[in-house]
Amino acid sequence: MAKTLAEKVWDDHLVRSASGEPDLLYIDLHLIHEVTSPQAFDGLRLANRAVRRPDLTIATEDHNVPTLNIDKPIADPVSRLQVDTLRKNCQEFGIRLHSLGDVEQGIVHVVGPQLGLTQPGMTIVCGDSHTSTHGAFGALAFGIGTSEVEHVLATQTLPLSRPKTMAINVEGSLKPGVTSKDIILAIIAKIGTGGGQGYILEYRGSAIRALSMEARMTICNMSIEAGARAGLIAPDETTFAYLKDRPHAPKGEDWQRALAYWSGLKSDSDAKFDKEITLDADQLSPFVTWGTNPGQGIALDGVIPSPQDFTDPEEVSAAERALVYMDLKAGTPMKKIKIDTVFLGSCTNGRIEDLRAAAEIIKGKKVASDIRMMVVPGSARVRLQAEAEGLDKLFLEAGAEWRSAGCSMCLGMNPDQLAPGERSASTSNRNFEGRQGKGGRTHLVSPLVAAATAIRGTLSSPADL
Amino acid sequence: MEKFISHTGSALPLKRSNVDTDQIIPAVYLKRVTRSGFEDGLFAAWRSDPEFVLNKAEYSKASILVAGADFGTGSSREHAVWALQNYGFKVVISSRFADIFRGNSLKAGLLTVILGQSDVEDLWSAIEEEPSLQIKVDLDTRLVSYKNQAISFDLDDYTRWRLMEGLDDIGLTLRKIDEVENFEEKRAKYKPKTLPVLS
Repeated sequence: MAKTLAEKVWDDHLVRSASGEPDLLYIDLHLIHEVTSPQAFDGLRLANRAVRRPDLTIATEDHNVPTLNIDKPIADPVSRLQVDTLRKNCQEFGIRLHSLGDVEQGIVHVVGPQLGLTQPGMTIVCGDSHTSTHGAFGALAFGIGTSEVEHVLATQTLPLSRPKTMAINVEGSLKPGVTSKDIILAIIAKIGTGGGQGYILEYRGSAIRALSMEARMTICNMSIEAGARAGLIAPDETTFAYLKDRPHAPKGEDWQRALAYWSGLKSDSDAKFDKEITLDADQLSPFVTWGTNPGQGIALDGVIPSPQDFTDPEEVSAAERALVYMDLKAGTPMKKIKIDTVFLGSCTNGRIEDLRAAAEIIKGKKVASDIRMMVVPGSARVRLQAEAEGLDKLFLEAGAEWRSAGCSMCLGMNPDQLAPGERSASTSNRNFEGRQGKGGRTHLVSPLVAAATAIRGTLSSPADL
Repeated sequence: MEKFISHTGSALPLKRSNVDTDQIIPAVYLKRVTRSGFEDGLFAAWRSDPEFVLNKAEYSKASILVAGADFGTGSSREHAVWALQNYGFKVVISSRFADIFRGNSLKAGLLTVILGQSDVEDLWSAIEEEPSLQIKVDLDTRLVSYKNQAISFDLDDYTRWRLMEGLDDIGLTLRKIDEVENFEEKRAKYKPKTLPVLS
């Protein structure tokens, strides 16, 4: 029977499938961080259980770590205790950990692909909703809660009900200045924050095929913002070239065997998706959010919509609330919105290509005098690579801050936060109320828009410079 | 896990859609390493407003939350479920839940019930008219009942059985561990291991 890519990966990981109960799926890789794991390890200890496969588990410190003075003990005692707890748990259960200061430390979804641990056709989970990032390799990757983290630690499996599948076809080619971030923001605006609920998304079409691995990761990363637990892209030559010679990529004959399997990982031409939508890449322009959920987005050239523009009463009231929280008026051009802080980083847009793209815009220019720009590489390796290319100097000379790796202001768990009322242009993934700091206001943007905005002080695209 | 068979209590109307888990519990409250004590972080930002529904005396005894569509979107933090439970909620009713939040709730023993949006709105009206209104949520019959109303809801047989028996998933999977072992024997050898690579 014809199958979609998601169905193939699912079926290849079935430990058990019986009617009247969820499927039991084998998990190839379990990524761990300090925030969603401590209670799971406690549960293991209480039940006197071991970690079944420490050799398929890896941990890093990212959500709660400072991005300044990382050679000193973490100042906040509660944060420090959480990070210390991860270190003790990894030691006790024999799990490889990359701590703050280690060259492989960084955001869990940047580290996995960078090490070559993320490979096509795998099942990958992490106690973090942006695990969907790894879907860019044709892996089935999704976020889980702490009870499930404990389940995977104990059994290396998860009981799950089979989701439906949705094809998202993006055809055509992107105009200069338009990025994969704009594609995914436009998709979420089109289908809404609940549009992908219950589905695994498969991004397809010529515009997707043309993207680099890092750009594909940006798209898959935000699948969860459309309500989908996972989003994936069929692996191709771009994927294989990215993986070749990474530390954990298969070598020699194993590479050939893996390649043979990976090459079959695509939806059959006659496979049936439960739902299909199409987007024209040629029509896209830089996209930004105006509201307090990632579906409330619009072209940067547009104006802030009026609640009356919506028909669904839920959307009308959500828009009314969002405009009050964001302190914005309907009809205002997006480009008139004055920004206080620009955040370049996160598992969405904190990889080397993102930093290169922004640095290219910033080069030789100055960040506006009343703007704070924070550049936070997604991993210590990304930071080193950027420094080897001299990107740090371009940012510093422009007046931006150059930080150490971590989740940072994406979720404002560490000291990197917006002050109440402060407004950001952020390359991260969520514009929820207070996400980047209590009372903070967030506009989601691409790295190019972030850089142009930092220079002009108002939401801008590179074409405005 | 505690068995869940039926719960009767008063309810609180949260008439907002797209309540994401950052609203249910902001990130700054996630630094704790325990599974309890998260009630102070529940809806922390909104609670600073005295008019917020959680601050109203008439709803102080509520143990059922009746929320707008797309409840629990965003972050996978199970702390959102714990915060609701620690505060005293046993059931959340909405017309649509985010997938990860729903999974977390049913693992942790917080019953999430999906009703049609018009049923949710009728419930809101009934609660606002009579805040002490007793609502019964019964897993055995899969019915939400109040006054002379009885609305049925769907929940798959397996999850219902697990909740009613108070069984934890790990224990159930460990009973089938020989099937996991069989699977592991057949796994491709080229699949990566996380052990450090020596170069």
